[in-house]
Amino acid sequence: MVSHEQLRTIRNGVAIGVATGTYGVSFGALSVAAGLSLPQTCALSLLMFTGASQFAYVGVVAAGGSALFGSLTAALLGTRNGLYGLHLSRLLSLRLGRRAVAAHFVIDESAALSLAGRTEPLARLGFWAAGLSVFVCWNVATVVGGLGATLLPDPEALGLDVVAPAAFIALLAPRLVSRLTWLVALIGAAVALVAVPLTPPAVPVLLSAAAVVSLALVGKTAEGQQTAPEAGGRA
Amino acid sequence: MTAWLGIIVGAACCYLLKLAGMSVPRPVVEHGRTQLVAALLPVGLLAALAAVQTFADGENLTVDARVVGVACALVAVALRAPFLAVVAIAALATALTRSLL
Repeated sequence: MVSHEQLRTIRNGVAIGVATGTYGVSFGALSVAAGLSLPQTCALSLLMFTGASQFAYVGVVAAGGSALFGSLTAALLGTRNGLYGLHLSRLLSLRLGRRAVAAHFVIDESAALSLAGRTEPLARLGFWAAGLSVFVCWNVATVVGGLGATLLPDPEALGLDVVAPAAFIALLAPRLVSRLTWLVALIGAAVALVAVPLTPPAVPVLLSAAAVVSLALVGKTAEGQQTAPEAGGRA
Repeated sequence: MTAWLGIIVGAACCYLLKLAGMSVPRPVVEHGRTQLVAALLPVGLLAALAAVQTFADGENLTVDARVVGVACALVAVALRAPFLAVVAIAALATALTRSLL
């Protein structure tokens, strides 16, 4: 028998997947417009499978940065998935083999739906419902967006080059929950802009990351205690 | 070929970070600094990426049609528009500005 709560969790997972699919269409279109091939675009969605990192990789490569700088930026943005994993490992209590499979599906959406589950079985169901549904929708949407963009004559004329910065702002907004997060966002943007004329492409963003990490490490512990309860992952 | 290498390396790093999170011993997890860094790093990075991709043209800073699109995206986000609407409004505003300039 499937309980009412189980059904609702599955339904939420499917809804999250469909919503994320719209984001996947814009990723596929942007990636192809930025010069990656359709197979490369699909490989990012299949293998990297974490939205912000994928947008960052494509953005860095399109701006003339090297592929390795792109992957470094993508990895830095992926660190938050590690944090979700920390919470999830306790919740899901998986053996090594299953953990290796489950790890691929640790993303904002699966972490959020899992943390919303009131009991351990519901948390597990939420993780898999959101993880698998987003995986399917995200990859289908990537193909659709990528194919769409290959048919477009001139991506810049359609304003597709602002899809990435607009996406970053939409991803950033729900994280701006305190004065400290606003400060960090402003410092990150300022450091990067100052560095643009002085360093090769992709280095400015890495300098911002270094500034933010040192700020977090040097800042007073009192501030850390105020901002610790977070990780309400969205998109 | 290097594009494929970057994709594979990037994907491997992202996967290993996910796996590492699920495998790290508890004391490291509960350390306040670890949580603070992991919470703040995406904030700083997303802001930096948005700023650079709005104002940078190679190694120069410029103000062009992208600024109009990103400004519209900021307004849309402030009005709590859904993700696809934010992105579509930004692209449309940029395209319109380009056709007028």
